[in-house]
Amino acid sequence: MTDPDVRADHDAIEEAVTPGANGLSQRIVAEQHAERQAGADKVFEIEDVAVAYSGQPAVKNVSFPIYKHDITALIGPSGCGKSTLLRCLNRMNDLIPGAAVSGSLRYHGQDLYGPKVDPVQVRKLVGMVFQKPNPFPKSIFDNIAFGPRVLGMKGDMDEIVERALRRGALWDEVKDRLKENAFGMSGGQQQRLCIARALAIEPDTILMDEPCSALDPISTHKIEDLMLELKQDYSIVIVTHNMQQAARISDRTAFFTVDVDEGERHRTGRVVEYDSTDKIFQNPADPRTEAYVTGKVG
Amino acid sequence: MSTIDPRLPGAQRTRLAAAGARSVTASLTDGRGRDKVTGQIFYALLLLAIAFALAGLCAIVVQAFVKGSPALSLSLFTDAPSSSAERAGFRPALMGTLYLILGVIVLVVPLGIGAAVYLEEYADKTRWWNRLVELNIQNLAGVPSIIYGILGLAFIVRGPLDLGFILAAGSLTLGLLVLPTVILAAREAIRAVPPSIREGSLALGATQWQTIRRQVLPASIPGIITGVILAISRAIGETAPLLLVGAATFVTFDPTFLGSDGYSALPVQIFNYATRPQDEFRVLASAGVIVMLVVLLAMNAFAVWLRNRYEQQW
Repeated sequence: MTDPDVRADHDAIEEAVTPGANGLSQRIVAEQHAERQAGADKVFEIEDVAVAYSGQPAVKNVSFPIYKHDITALIGPSGCGKSTLLRCLNRMNDLIPGAAVSGSLRYHGQDLYGPKVDPVQVRKLVGMVFQKPNPFPKSIFDNIAFGPRVLGMKGDMDEIVERALRRGALWDEVKDRLKENAFGMSGGQQQRLCIARALAIEPDTILMDEPCSALDPISTHKIEDLMLELKQDYSIVIVTHNMQQAARISDRTAFFTVDVDEGERHRTGRVVEYDSTDKIFQNPADPRTEAYVTGKVG
Repeated sequence: MSTIDPRLPGAQRTRLAAAGARSVTASLTDGRGRDKVTGQIFYALLLLAIAFALAGLCAIVVQAFVKGSPALSLSLFTDAPSSSAERAGFRPALMGTLYLILGVIVLVVPLGIGAAVYLEEYADKTRWWNRLVELNIQNLAGVPSIIYGILGLAFIVRGPLDLGFILAAGSLTLGLLVLPTVILAAREAIRAVPPSIREGSLALGATQWQTIRRQVLPASIPGIITGVILAISRAIGETAPLLLVGAATFVTFDPTFLGSDGYSALPVQIFNYATRPQDEFRVLASAGVIVMLVVLLAMNAFAVWLRNRYEQQW
């Protein structure tokens, strides 16, 4: 192990426990360390991204990074392009005729919209959970097994399904009825099934498009707990209209707003502020962010 | 009742007073008479429509049974046509119809589903040629069957395909006739699969083909089967195009797909018996209608059973 920062950390710890040291160098090293971590562990780097539908820009001038093992929340009023941006991250926008993405969108340093990139490969690594639970009209088992089967994943399917359901915090509730149709589950269970289904193909990032908007508070709470647990292993990007939810679970928050062009009645979203969630909710730099998160606007 | 606070501004007082008046005069027992009568008339019309449809169906079935019952026996299914009414049956025609339908299914199911999948999942609707294809299929579904008969004669029996008057040519002609119906029904069924299912599948890294093969088609099978039932019910009853492409009215042996010795079909045979001068043969024609109904019901029952096996709800 020759990582200089690890050695520096080690030195700093020794310095800190050594009587007489003032501890200053420890703080400096810790800060450098945090910065290095952040720089190297960006999952997505979004730079000046704009999305247009049939030539009409839906969202533009978006630039911010998304960090590994973070929950990144995208908040803002309806029509501000949060979901549109989210759908760029696993190239689901490709499915919409007339959608065009410009700017630079890097995933672990690779251009996500490069000419040789296969959207199907992208979606294997970047999973997605939708607003309305959308289980397949199949058994609970087959819902989970679908992804691993089409991807030709090796291994015992029973184990793969059990592992995914355990990670989705659903195993204990459904282990006795894996062969039953998924439509027989409650809405919250269906949404956790969709999360487990996304986990079964072992992605590294999960995109969630208002995953709790159709659920009751108890189910919402369960899914929030689950997300906090999952962020140990995955990076999560969530679009939410629920300010408390963003404040409760996310590490960083991007606030979007929408510019309405009165003449052509056209709406274009853009990012006003991106920062740590604490900063966005307690000490936002932009007055529009403050007005929104405190509920004065929107 | 509380009185209205006199300190409130005028407009608000008026509004409150109006609300109070409404709450006193409104009654829970009788609605507005005219609305009620309109609703009841409409309901009666609906019942009338249903009764009319049922009456027609009952008349046909009852008439066929009453007239055909003297000739009704299992030997209808096993005997070949004969010049003597007692020994005449429908066996070759029944076999001919079953073969024809088998051929139609083999031809129409893959082609119909394929065309529907292309039009719903792949075709770019902004392109004029795709819209042209769509429009044409809708129009083809309404073209009279005799025109398909002429087409079959000119292009399948003779002309480019030159198959001769064989059963397979009849199957092809009937297949072309019902193909638009199957395509339209299959498209409806495919369109009824929620987009969220496709998105969910694609988001898991499935390709478009995997999504169609493993999610969209299984989910739309019930609707597709319904379309095939309708198509086959129509094909079973068609007479005119079959007469043009070689279905003979008097065949005493079991047909084969490619044999050029001739074939028959149930409606053709019934037509033949019904136009004979002897009363016994008219009775036989009515019995033939019953045979055809039995075949139709058996096929539809099988298809309904098949559909229920796959039935989904969203």
